[in-house]
Amino acid sequence: MGETVTAGARRARLRPAGFDDLGVRRALSDRLLPALVAAMTFLAALTLAGAVATSSLAHHWQHGAAAALTVQVPDPGASPASGEGTRLTRVVAILTDAPGIAEARALDRAELTDLLRPWLGRDLAAAAIGPAAAGGDKGGAAADPAQAPLALPLPGVVQVRLDRPGVDLTGLARRLDQAAPGTLVESHGLWVQRLSALARSLQACAAVVLVVVVLVAAAVVAVATRAGLAARRDAIEIVHGLGATDRYIAGRFARRTTMLAAVGAAVGAAAALPVLIGLAGLAAPFASFGPEAEGGAGLLAAVPGSLWLALPCLPLVAAAIGWMTAQGTVRRWLRRLP
Amino acid sequence: MVLLERVGLHYGGRSAGSRQAAPDVLHDLNFAVPAGGFRWLLGPSGAGKTSLLRLLYLAVRPTAGRLDILGIPVGQAARGTLPRLRRRIGVVFQDFRLLPHLTAYDNVALPLRIAGRPEGQIRADVSEMLRWVGLARKHASHPAELSGGEQQRVAIARAVINRPDLLLADEPTGNLDEGQAERLMQLLKEMNRLGTTVMVATHNDGLVARHPARALRLDQGRLIADG
Repeated sequence: MGETVTAGARRARLRPAGFDDLGVRRALSDRLLPALVAAMTFLAALTLAGAVATSSLAHHWQHGAAAALTVQVPDPGASPASGEGTRLTRVVAILTDAPGIAEARALDRAELTDLLRPWLGRDLAAAAIGPAAAGGDKGGAAADPAQAPLALPLPGVVQVRLDRPGVDLTGLARRLDQAAPGTLVESHGLWVQRLSALARSLQACAAVVLVVVVLVAAAVVAVATRAGLAARRDAIEIVHGLGATDRYIAGRFARRTTMLAAVGAAVGAAAALPVLIGLAGLAAPFASFGPEAEGGAGLLAAVPGSLWLALPCLPLVAAAIGWMTAQGTVRRWLRRLP
Repeated sequence: MVLLERVGLHYGGRSAGSRQAAPDVLHDLNFAVPAGGFRWLLGPSGAGKTSLLRLLYLAVRPTAGRLDILGIPVGQAARGTLPRLRRRIGVVFQDFRLLPHLTAYDNVALPLRIAGRPEGQIRADVSEMLRWVGLARKHASHPAELSGGEQQRVAIARAVINRPDLLLADEPTGNLDEGQAERLMQLLKEMNRLGTTVMVATHNDGLVARHPARALRLDQGRLIADG
C-alpha cells in the first residue's frame, strides 16, 4: 500500500509546480484563440510593414527632394548687376554664403549634356552646349554659345542642397534676382510637403489599424476567457472556497491565454514573413533601403531592419495582451464571489 | 470559535417581478460555538441549515448582524483577507464537490497547493492522509472511478488536510449507507477530539441518536433551540 502511494507521490513531484487544477487547458482550447490571434498578428505585421515602408519613403523624400533646390541663371556668362565675375559665379557665391545652404554647385557640361540628352540626343545636346574642352573650366558650366554649333541660349544650372528645411527661399530669391536679374529659384518643397502629408496620413492610418487590431485581439482574449470562466465555474467556486486568492485563479487563466496568444502570434508573424519579403522585393527600387541584390538573400536584405526587430516583438506583445486581458477579465469576474 | 449576534441573510437584492427585497433566509441568529466544540445542526429541509453553513464557510457574507469566525469579523473584513481565513475552514459537502479531472491524490493535495506549500511536504501529508482515510491504493483514481463512500472519504481528506480550526459538514452522510456513515462520523469525531471545532448539518436522526451532542435547531431561518 505504501509503495503505491510513494509511486503516486513520485509522479506528483515530477508534475509541473502549477498543475492544471482548474482544467483551463480544456476550457481554453488550443485551436480557436491561437487561430484568431494569428490572423490579428498577420494584419498587424502587414500594417507595420506599410508603416515602415511609408516612413522610409517619407524620410527618403524629405532628405532628397525637400533638401534640394534648383537655381537657373539665364545668360550665365554675362556680368552680374552687382559684384564681380559672371552672373553664374555671383549666384553661386551668394548661395554659398547664405544661411541654411549645405552646398551650391553649378552643373558642369557633362551634367548639362546629360540633362538635355533625353530631348536632343547625345550629339545635339553636346552641340548645343559646346565641347567641354573649348569652354574651359572657369565659371563651371558657363558654356560659351560661340563655341557651340547650335548656340542655344541655355541657362546655367546650380544645384543647391539645404542643410535644414524651412530656409527663407523668398528672401534668397530676391537677392539672387538683384545680383543676376531673371534668376529662377525652383523649390521642390511644395511637392515634398504634399508627399510628406500623404506619408503622415498613411502612418496615422497604420497607427489606427494597429490600435484596432490590439483592441480586437484583447476582445477576442476576453471573450475566450469569459467562455472558459463559464465552462469552469464549478471548479473555480470549489478552488475559491478552498482559499484560493484572485491572483491564484487569474494566474491560472492568464498563463494559458499568454501561451496561446504567443503561439498564435508566432504563427501569424511567420505567415506574414514571406508576404513581407515579397512586398519588400517589389518596393526596393522605390526606396533607399535594401540593396537590389538578386536571389533569396537579396530579398531578405530588402526587408527593412526595423521590421526584423518588430516581427519577433509581435508574439511578445500578443503575450502581454493575453496576460493583461485574462487577468483583468478573471479578476472582474471573481468580484461576484465574496 | 464561532460567534453570531443578530445575524440575518437574504440573497441577491430583490426578487424578480417584485419591488420588495428578497425574503430573508436567516433571521436574528444568536449563538456561539467555542473552540474545539461539536454541534449538530438540525431542522427540516428549507430550515436554513445550508444557508447557515454557507455563511460559516464564507460562501456568502451576512446581510445583518455580526459574524465572527476564528476571531475575524466576517462582515467587515476586507475581501482580500478572506482567502487566508477560508484555508482554516474545512468543508465536507453532500455532493462531495471533487474536481472530476483530478485524481484522488491531486484533489486531496489541492488545499496545500493553493496555500503554496512545498511539493515535498505535500507528498508526505497527502500520502499520510490517504492512508488515514483508507484510500492509499486509490490515490491515482479519478472521482468517477470511486464509489460514493470513497469519494466522500476523499472529500473528508481534502477538508482536513490543512488541519483546519473549523470543520463543517453539510449532510455528509446523505449519499452513504449506514456503515459508511458510521465510519465518517468516527473520522469527524476524531478530528474534534484533536481540537477542531466541528459542525454537522443533517436530518439523519439515527446518526444523531447514536452520537449524542449539543445541537442547534433551525426552523424557517430562525434558531429555535440551542442545547
